[in-house]
Amino acid sequence: MKSEYPIFTKEMRKTHTILLPNMLPMHEKLMARIFSAFGYKTELLTNSGHGVIEQGQKYVHNDTCYPALLVIGQFLDALGSGKYDPDKVAVLITQTGGGCRASNYIHLLRKALRRAGYPQIPVLSFNISGLEKGSGFRITLPILHRLLYAVLCGDLLMLLRNQVKPYELESGTADALCDKWVDRLTDQMGGSRIRYRKMKETYREIIGDFAGIRREGPRKIRVGIVGEIFVKYSPLGNNDLERFLMDEGAEVVVPGLADFCMYCVYNNIVDARLYGVRKLSAMGARWIMRILLKKQRDVIDAIRSQGEFDPPTPFDHTLTLGADYVGCGTKMGEGWLLTSEMIELAEQGVKNIVCTQPFGCLPNHIVGKGVMKPIKAANPDVNIVAIDYDPGATRINQENRIKLMLANAKR
Amino acid sequence: MTQLIQNAQPSLGIDIGSTTAKVVLVENGSVIYERYERHFSFVRKKTLEMVGQMRDLLQGKRFTVAVSGSAGLGMAKAAGLPFVQEVFATGEVVRRLEPDTSAVIELGGEDAKILFLKGGADERMNGSCAGGTGAFIDQMATLLDVTADELDALSLNYTKLYPIASRCGVFAKSDIQPLLNQGARKEDVAASIYQAVVNQTIAGLAQGRRISGKVMFLGGPLYYCKGLRRRFTETLGLSEEDALFPEYGRVCVALGAAIYAAQDGTAYTYEALARALENAAGQDTVSGRLAPLFATDEEYERFTARHGAATVDFTDPACYTGDAYLGIDCGSTTTKLVLMSDDCRILYTYYNSNKGNPTETVREQLAAIYDLCADRIRIRGSAVTGYGEELIRAAFGVDSGLVETMAHYLAARYFNPDVDFILDIGGQDIKCFKIKNNSIDSILLNEACSSGCGSFIETFAKSMGYEIAEFAKLGLKAAAPVDLGSRCTVFMNSSVKQAQKDGADVSDISAGLSVSVVKNAIYKVIRASGPDDLGEHIVVQGGTFYNDAVLRAFETEIGREVIRPAIAGVMGAYGAALYAKNTHTGRSTLITRQALADFSHKSASSVCKGCTNHCHLTVNTFAGGKKYVSGNQCERALGISAAQSLPNLYEFKRQYLAALPTGQGDGPTVGLPLALGMYELAPLWHGIFTALGMRVILTGSSSKKLYAKGQYSIPSDTVCYPAKLMHGHIVELLERKPDAIFYPRLTYNVDERAGSNHYNCPVVAYYSEVLADNMEELEQTRFLYPYLNINSQKELSKELLRELKDLVPGLSLSRVRQAVKAGFAALHDYMNAVYAQGLQAIAWAREHGKRIMVLCGRPYHIDPEISHGIDKLAGALGFVVVSEDSIFPLTDPIKVDVLDQWTYHSRLYRAAKYAGEHSDTELVQLVSFGCGIDAITTDEVRAILEGQDKLYTQIKIDEITNLGAVKIRLRSLIGALEERRTAQ
Repeated sequence: MKSEYPIFTKEMRKTHTILLPNMLPMHEKLMARIFSAFGYKTELLTNSGHGVIEQGQKYVHNDTCYPALLVIGQFLDALGSGKYDPDKVAVLITQTGGGCRASNYIHLLRKALRRAGYPQIPVLSFNISGLEKGSGFRITLPILHRLLYAVLCGDLLMLLRNQVKPYELESGTADALCDKWVDRLTDQMGGSRIRYRKMKETYREIIGDFAGIRREGPRKIRVGIVGEIFVKYSPLGNNDLERFLMDEGAEVVVPGLADFCMYCVYNNIVDARLYGVRKLSAMGARWIMRILLKKQRDVIDAIRSQGEFDPPTPFDHTLTLGADYVGCGTKMGEGWLLTSEMIELAEQGVKNIVCTQPFGCLPNHIVGKGVMKPIKAANPDVNIVAIDYDPGATRINQENRIKLMLANAKR
Repeated sequence: MTQLIQNAQPSLGIDIGSTTAKVVLVENGSVIYERYERHFSFVRKKTLEMVGQMRDLLQGKRFTVAVSGSAGLGMAKAAGLPFVQEVFATGEVVRRLEPDTSAVIELGGEDAKILFLKGGADERMNGSCAGGTGAFIDQMATLLDVTADELDALSLNYTKLYPIASRCGVFAKSDIQPLLNQGARKEDVAASIYQAVVNQTIAGLAQGRRISGKVMFLGGPLYYCKGLRRRFTETLGLSEEDALFPEYGRVCVALGAAIYAAQDGTAYTYEALARALENAAGQDTVSGRLAPLFATDEEYERFTARHGAATVDFTDPACYTGDAYLGIDCGSTTTKLVLMSDDCRILYTYYNSNKGNPTETVREQLAAIYDLCADRIRIRGSAVTGYGEELIRAAFGVDSGLVETMAHYLAARYFNPDVDFILDIGGQDIKCFKIKNNSIDSILLNEACSSGCGSFIETFAKSMGYEIAEFAKLGLKAAAPVDLGSRCTVFMNSSVKQAQKDGADVSDISAGLSVSVVKNAIYKVIRASGPDDLGEHIVVQGGTFYNDAVLRAFETEIGREVIRPAIAGVMGAYGAALYAKNTHTGRSTLITRQALADFSHKSASSVCKGCTNHCHLTVNTFAGGKKYVSGNQCERALGISAAQSLPNLYEFKRQYLAALPTGQGDGPTVGLPLALGMYELAPLWHGIFTALGMRVILTGSSSKKLYAKGQYSIPSDTVCYPAKLMHGHIVELLERKPDAIFYPRLTYNVDERAGSNHYNCPVVAYYSEVLADNMEELEQTRFLYPYLNINSQKELSKELLRELKDLVPGLSLSRVRQAVKAGFAALHDYMNAVYAQGLQAIAWAREHGKRIMVLCGRPYHIDPEISHGIDKLAGALGFVVVSEDSIFPLTDPIKVDVLDQWTYHSRLYRAAKYAGEHSDTELVQLVSFGCGIDAITTDEVRAILEGQDKLYTQIKIDEITNLGAVKIRLRSLIGALEERRTAQ
C-alpha cells in the first residue's frame, strides 16, 4: 500500500548532505564535485565490508538482486555508524527506468529506510527518464553537461590506468597519477564554465602524463569485464575483481560508463522505430545522441593521435555488434549492450571475458548466459566465463573459475 | 599406459579437493605411487602426512611438484608451490592418454565439471550451486541411513525411478524424504538419487550442449559408485566402448598436476618440500570471524541455569494408573512420540531419526508403549501430525490427524499462554508463526531453497567425524566463530570449505554454522529486522534447538531471551497428544496390542493411469489387506471421480485454451508454443492467424517429458521453470513441422491503465532471443519473433505485414488490419469469459458457503506442470479457486509502495485488494523460483493483505513435484482461519 515519503525540498539543499553510493569511485568523485558546485552538499560513501552486506540482508528482501542489497546496505551501514545526523542527510540512488526490476531500487530503499527507523530521510532519484518528479533535486542542463564530462574523463582515466598499471616499473605510479588527475579535474569541473576546447586539451594532457609512466614487459593476457552495471564496476559488488585479475597477471579491459549512458538514450530511438511510440522524445534522443557520439569521438581521437594506447570502440560501432545475437529492442537491464560489449572486446583482441551478474539477474538470462553459446561458436578463440555474485557465493569458487579461464588462455 | 612425461625426473602431483586429498608420483614416465584419502578438513595436516608416507620414495632425489584442487589453492599459495587449476590439469591428462575423448565428466566432493574436448573445446564447472556432487550423495546416504557403498549396492537393484528435483541438493532432499515417508523402496530411491545427479550434471553444466561421442568419467564418486556409472551411461545413451571409466579416475587431477609440474620445472628435495608445507601449515589467514558465543564461563552457566528451568512435569509410567493420550509427530527425518497422562504430564517420550522407515519406528515404539502401559494405563485417544501423518494414520488406525503447525501451537500455548511467536527448526523445515488474539496470525515456512538447516549441521558434523552433540558442544567454546554468511545451505557448504582452507578450527566452524542457521531463519524465512518484528514471548522448539549453540546464537542475534521448553524436540508430538485429549471420543481406534504383534507393511510402486499426469504412486499394504496410496495429485487414483469438483478458474482457462481450433484455412501452418506470455495472448495470435487463413498449432500443457525434450538447450540453469519449459514446447512444435513458429518479443504488454507502465518481465519479453540463439533446430523452420506493439492495432498490423508477407502470399495491409481486429476480438472474448466465469464462481461459492481462494500468479501458472496441481489440491480442501486475472477488474487500480510497472504484476495488487476486502476470500500467491520480480511483489501483496488483517500465504514452486509441503501450508491456512472464526 502507498505510504507517504519525505520530499527533498529546495531548502534542504543548504541543510542536508546527500550521500552517494559507491560504484565507480573515480567517476563519482568528479560527479560529487559537480553537485557541490551547484549548491548541493554531497558525500561519496566508501564504507564496505561485512556490515554493508549484513544491513542489506536485514532490510531488503533477500531474493532481490545483490546490487540492491549492497547499495541499500551501504547507506544503512553508513547511517548506523553515527557519523551522520539522520535529520540532515538525504541519499541518492540512480534509476535507469525500464522493465528490469532494478527500477525498483528507489522504492526498496525507501521501504528499508522506514523499517530501519529513518523515515525522515529523503531519497533522491538520479535519472533521466523523468521518474520521481517534483523534488527539490533537479538535474539541470548545466549539471548534465558537466556530468557528461565527468563520465568521459572517468572512463578515460580508468582505461589508461588499466593499460598502464600492469606494466609500470614503479608500482603505484598509475594509481597516483589517477588520484592527481581526479583532483585537478574536480577543480576544473567545479569552475563556473566548462570550455570545450579546454577539455580536449585536458584529454591530451592526461594521455601524455600516462604515456610518460615508465613501463616494461611483454603484453599480458587481456581480460575483459562485462555484466550488470553495478557488479561490473563496483569492487564491493564483484569482490574486487579488477585487482584479482591484475594480481593474476592480466591486463583488465572494462568498457566505459559512457556506453551505458548512450545505450539509455539510444533505446528511446529504438522504441519509436519499433513500436511507433513517443516519436517526439526520439527526436530529442537523436539530437542528444549526435552530441554524445561527437564527445566520445573527441576522446577516441585524442587517444589515437597519441598512439600508445588502445582507444575504446565508438558507440555507433558498438551498437551494431550484437545484432547477430540479440535485437536492439532487447533493452531491459543492460540489454543488448552487454552482448555487444562481449563482441566489442573480441574485436579488440580481448579473447577472455568475465561476464559478471548478480545471482538470478533476469536480463542476464537473455543477454548474458543466453548468447554465450552462439558467440563462442562464431568466435572459437573467445573464452567467456559467467560469474554469479550474491551474499552467499564464495570468493574461492568465483576465483577458481576465473583461474581456469586464465589457465586456458595461457596455454 | 602411454608415456606420461618425457623426462625421467620424478614428478609429484598433489590434489586437495573439498573432501579428499590425492597424491600421485610419476617416475620414468609412469605412475609409481598413488594415494586417495579423506582429509576431514585437516587440509595441511593431511598433506604433510601423505607426503611423509612417501619419504622413502622421495628422499635423496630431486623432483618437481605441483598442487591442484579447490582446497589446494590456499595451501599452494602459503607454501609457495606451483598451483594448477584442477580442470586444466584434468584436460592435460585426457589429451595425453585418451586423445579421442570428446567429453569428460568429473564429479568431486563438491564440484562437478564437464570438459568438451572436440568441436570447440570448452570447460564448465558448477558455479554457485553444489548440488549433484559427492557431498550431495553422502548427504542422501545419511538420509537413507546407509553408507555410500550400501547406497550404491541398493541402487543396482532398482525397479523404477522417481522424479527427484535435480537442481539443488536441498530440493532433492525434500523430494526424497516424502518418498521414504510414504514407504517407497530404498533401492528405487537410491537409483533415483543417482539419476538426479545425472540430470543435475546435464542440465546444470552441459547447458545447451549435447554430450556424445567418447565420454570419460572421472572423480571419486564415479570411481566408486557402480550405480551412478550405470545411470550416466544409460541416460546419455553411451555404448560400452564409448563410456570410459579409467583406473586413474579418482586421482586424475593429481596426475595432471604431476604432468604440469614436470613442465614447470622447479625441482625440490623432500626436505625442501616438507619445510614449505610445514611453514604453510603454521599460517592462519582467516578472515571474517564473529564474537564467541559466550564471553565467559559464568555467562554460559547463567544461560544453562535459565534454560534448565523451562521443564515440563514428568510422571513415572510405572507409578501411573489411568487414562493416557498418545501424540505422534512423524517428521521428515525424525519420529517423535509422547504419551501423556490425563493431567497433561509426560509419561513417555521418544525422539529419534526415523532411519528412512517411519512405520517400523512407530511400530517398535507402540510395542514399547503397550509394554509400559500394561493393564494400568489406557490409551483413550491418539493423534498424528507431520509429513507421515496419513501413512501412520492408515497404518496404525490413529484416531485423528492434524497439521503440524497447529500441533506446535497447541503445545507452545499450553506451555506459555502468552506466547506470541513460535519458531520451530526441525531437521529440514523452519516453521514460524505469530499468534494474535489466541489464533495463528501468520505462518511462515522456509522456502525449498533454505530448508534442511537442522540436518545440515548434523550431516556436517558427521562428515567431519563428530557426533552432533559433541559438535555442538565444541561450538559453545569456540573462541572466534567463522562467519559463514546466511543463505541456502548449499552455499554454506562452500563457505565452510573456504573456512577450512583458511585453517579454521572445528569449534569455530561449529559455532559459525549455528549462527548461520539462526540468521537464515531470522532473515531468510521470518525476514525480521529486529526483535520487535518477532514478539515478546518467544518460544523456540524443534530438534535443532536442543543444540545450545543454536539457541545461544538465536538469543544473541535477536537480543532477547526466549523460552526453550525442555521438550523442545517433541513439542509437535506433545501438541498432538493435547489435541487427542481435546478431541477424544472415549474409545480409541488405535491398533490394539494383539493386532500390532501381527503388523506387517509392504510397499509397491505403480503409475496412475487416471489421467495424462501419470502420477507415481506408492501403494502401501498393511496386515489384513488395508491399503494406503500416496503420491497421487488428485483423488482419481483412489477411485473417486472428479465429478463433484468445485468451480476452478485454472481448469476453466486450461479448457478454453485447449479448445481453440486449428483453423480451417489451407494457408501455411504456424506453431505457437503454449508457454510464458503465450498463455494469455494465445487467443489474440490464434485469432489473427486463423483470420489470415493460416492453420495454427498450439502446443498443449507441459509435462516432465516435454521438459526433458528441451532440457539440453537451456543456457541458464537459474532461469525460472516456466521459461525452461519453453524449450520443450519448441521441440514439440518442430516435430510437427509447421511452416513457421511464432513467439514475438514484447517489451510492453497490454496496457490495462493500472500502474505507471505496462512492461513484461525481461524473461517473458525476450525469451525468443534465447530460443533463437540456443536451438539450432529452429533453422528447420521460420522462427518469427518480431518486436511488436500490441497497444496499437495500426502499428501491430504494419509490423505483422512485414513479418508475414513472405510466408502468406498476397497479403495486404487491409487484410492484416482486419485479422488484427478479429484477433483482438478473440482476446477480448477470452478475457471476458474469464471474468464472467470468475463472477460465477464467486457467486456459486457464496451460495454454497464455500471459501474462495484467489490463486495468484501469472497467466502461465495455470500450466499443471508449473503449478503441480495446487489448484486441484485447493479444490479438494474445499476452496473455490479463482485466478488473479478473473477478479482484478472487480477493484480499482491501487497505489503501492513500489514501482508498479508490469502488467501481470499490477493485477496481483488489485487481486490482493479484493481479497482484503472480502472475508470469505483468501489469497495464495504462487511464486516461481528464480522470479526476480516477485521478490518485489510478494512483500507488497503481503502488506496489502496484512493492512486488511488478512493472512498471506506464499508458495514457491519449481520443478518439485511433491505437494506435501503445499498441503501443510493450505491446511495450516484453513486451521488458522478456523481458529480465527472460533475466537470471534
